[in-house]
Amino acid sequence: MFYREAGQFKASYKEDQAILPISQDRVGLILILIFGFFAIPLFASDYWLTAILIPFLVFSLAALGLNLLTGYAGQLSLGTAAFMAVGAFAAYNFELRVPQMPILISFIMSGITAAAVGIAFGIPSLRIRGFYLAVATLAAQFFIPWLLVKVGWFTNYSSSGVITTQPVTIFGFIFDSPSRRYLLVLSIVVILALVAKNLVRSNLGRAWMAVRDMDVAAEVIGISIVRTKLIAFGVSSFYCGVAGALYAYAYLGSVEPDGFNLDLSFRILFMVIIGGIGSIMGSFLGAAFITLLPIFLDIFINEAAAILGLKLAAGITSVIQLLVFGGLIIFFLIVEPLGLARLWQITKEKLRLWPFPH
Amino acid sequence: MKLTTILLALTLSFFLASCGDSPDGGGPEAVDTQFFGVTGYRVGPYGPSGAPIASGYIDYLRLLNERDGGINGVPVSWEECETEYNTAKGLECYERLKTRNKNGPTAIHPMSTGITYGLIDKAPIDKIPLITLGYGRTDASDGRVFPWVFPLMTNYWSQASAIVRFIAQKEGGLSKLNGRKIVLLYHDSAYGKEPHGILEKESENLGFSLVKIPVPHPGNEQQSQWMRIKKEQPDWVILWGWGVMSGTSIKTAKKIGFPREKMVGNWWSGAEVDTLAAGPSASTGYYAASMNLSGDHFAVVKEIRKYVYETGKGDDESYIGTVLWNRGVVQAMLTAEAVRLAQTKYGATSMTGAQVRWGIENLELTQSKLDSLGFGDMVPPIKVSCENHEGPGLVRFQQWDGVKWVAASDWIVGDKQLVRTMVEESAANYAREKNLTPACLDR
Repeated sequence: MFYREAGQFKASYKEDQAILPISQDRVGLILILIFGFFAIPLFASDYWLTAILIPFLVFSLAALGLNLLTGYAGQLSLGTAAFMAVGAFAAYNFELRVPQMPILISFIMSGITAAAVGIAFGIPSLRIRGFYLAVATLAAQFFIPWLLVKVGWFTNYSSSGVITTQPVTIFGFIFDSPSRRYLLVLSIVVILALVAKNLVRSNLGRAWMAVRDMDVAAEVIGISIVRTKLIAFGVSSFYCGVAGALYAYAYLGSVEPDGFNLDLSFRILFMVIIGGIGSIMGSFLGAAFITLLPIFLDIFINEAAAILGLKLAAGITSVIQLLVFGGLIIFFLIVEPLGLARLWQITKEKLRLWPFPH
Repeated sequence: MKLTTILLALTLSFFLASCGDSPDGGGPEAVDTQFFGVTGYRVGPYGPSGAPIASGYIDYLRLLNERDGGINGVPVSWEECETEYNTAKGLECYERLKTRNKNGPTAIHPMSTGITYGLIDKAPIDKIPLITLGYGRTDASDGRVFPWVFPLMTNYWSQASAIVRFIAQKEGGLSKLNGRKIVLLYHDSAYGKEPHGILEKESENLGFSLVKIPVPHPGNEQQSQWMRIKKEQPDWVILWGWGVMSGTSIKTAKKIGFPREKMVGNWWSGAEVDTLAAGPSASTGYYAASMNLSGDHFAVVKEIRKYVYETGKGDDESYIGTVLWNRGVVQAMLTAEAVRLAQTKYGATSMTGAQVRWGIENLELTQSKLDSLGFGDMVPPIKVSCENHEGPGLVRFQQWDGVKWVAASDWIVGDKQLVRTMVEESAANYAREKNLTPACLDR
């Protein structure tokens, strides 16, 4: 009834090619942004901001990066956490070694450094694909954290290999409280998501999809495979690098190379798979599912046990939580293999017809 | 699709239910209690090491309630949060436990170096003291730079130095170390690199040669490392292992025929889980450092058995008296004693984080005090001060006799001067990096 495009006429190409052609979508997005930028910082507690919303946004960005590579360009990568590590340590070293370095420039430089490393590790993709490429990107996953531990310079010779991030200051404004850090992360994520959305609608995005769907055909119609694949690795790693820098600077405050392990790469890959391969929206949905659900389950199981008067043995809650979480992942993959983004799409289609389906 | 709808509705409803309840759901708020936030890990790859510690910690809190009705009449309450040894999860736990009580979580034992580093900057803002017993940031021993962090008992550098002293004792004096060869077999991670600096200095000072051999994580295959050890023919092997690595080292040592009596583990490779993993007989003779003795003959352990386990309130009886369970008990005792001390200054009610911090900083447990608490010689007497957040820096060595750990030395202190110099240097670097002026908080 409310969600339909009848009567919205496109009078120009510009209108026709808008990101959100339906005005309800535009209003919805603006409302979400207003909520995110104004309501949440005003009303959310520190726990919500630091433990739930900031990691959700950071992981969304990382998942978005991987989605560009895996979902749009079709190159499977298991090195996401490594590229995040490059971003985090690059930002730290730029801040440390370049005097008066503005933090935003450091974040951009960390993305560029990660992009360079990503392109280097993307070279094998020119020859191999699929699972074999995944194995090749595993090399990045093991090599980079090892290098960061091995070479003391990267961690400024910290005896334990842990780096503590510098304070985040932009034009004299210190981002120290949770709500300020949240706003910083939100702004960066919104801007980069917008860029990503436009990238995949552009010439480059179509080239990625062409390579994903059939690289021989793409080459025949004049798309340079080398360029397209390497740019995909570069752009994806840029996003992961910035996500890594935010992970260190806005979320944890201190990171160690071992924190960026294969486990983290898998988590981000699962976000992409569960959220929806080849969907910007899906990256956010997947990140929400993977980061938030365990926390809610954990709290919920404890609360439920308390209400029911059960005394759960210590550690059992975590096991139940893992079981339920694993079960839900399998359930969602069976019911909707295309991910949560597809579920959202179906909902939208149904909404168009509601309340009078055929 | 029907099923999906039901599931979505269910998911949504319990999302809402849990959001509504979460922030202040915790323990009973009506009674004034001293709330202990417990972060530990019982699942995941390091779960077997984490579970006894968390159980010991909570068992001592239970004892306080059952035997004494709390601390000076203030009942003790607690909530455990599972970190899985994962930094991100640990931070979430910290934020969650912080909201559970008006006074906060008393003091946090992060139980992981990664989580400790993540919390060091947060603790002063939230006014929650961190106690890191035998892990975390070594230079936090300088309390003027890290007023809120307490690596009580001993730190990694004191331990490494004490291990060298112990080896010297076995060799017949410090001078006998000259010309000897010691291999450091370490977990190739930030944790494993922690003792490098101090051992290098010690090897320069004492004239032994140091060979460092890394074992990549997780360390369940060490054939090549031990072949190299066989080639090097060291006099001693120092084992700086963690998790599955420690047991594998002992097992491989047996396989290539390296005497276990010449192996000294650090305190994270010296628990029952490690020796039993290698096989009880394969580990016979193996030494390990510890900051607390194992065994169930201590009065406090007997009381926990009586008040907690015999009334059916305990966790897992098989943990009692093990190295790690005892360590959990010690952690709880130190925290509770800090609360008790703070109460003498601020009154017998529940204490805030800042008050507990004062309690820890001024904590002094003499031998007679330890005896009256039932700890005897499980831990050495400890005295904390603003300058020295570490305390005695004493390490005791235990030897696996095939069935259990037995004490194999007295309390040994390392090169205190050297450790202190390195600590102050490193802490001063940190202060410079962070623009801090080192100072004592309220005396």
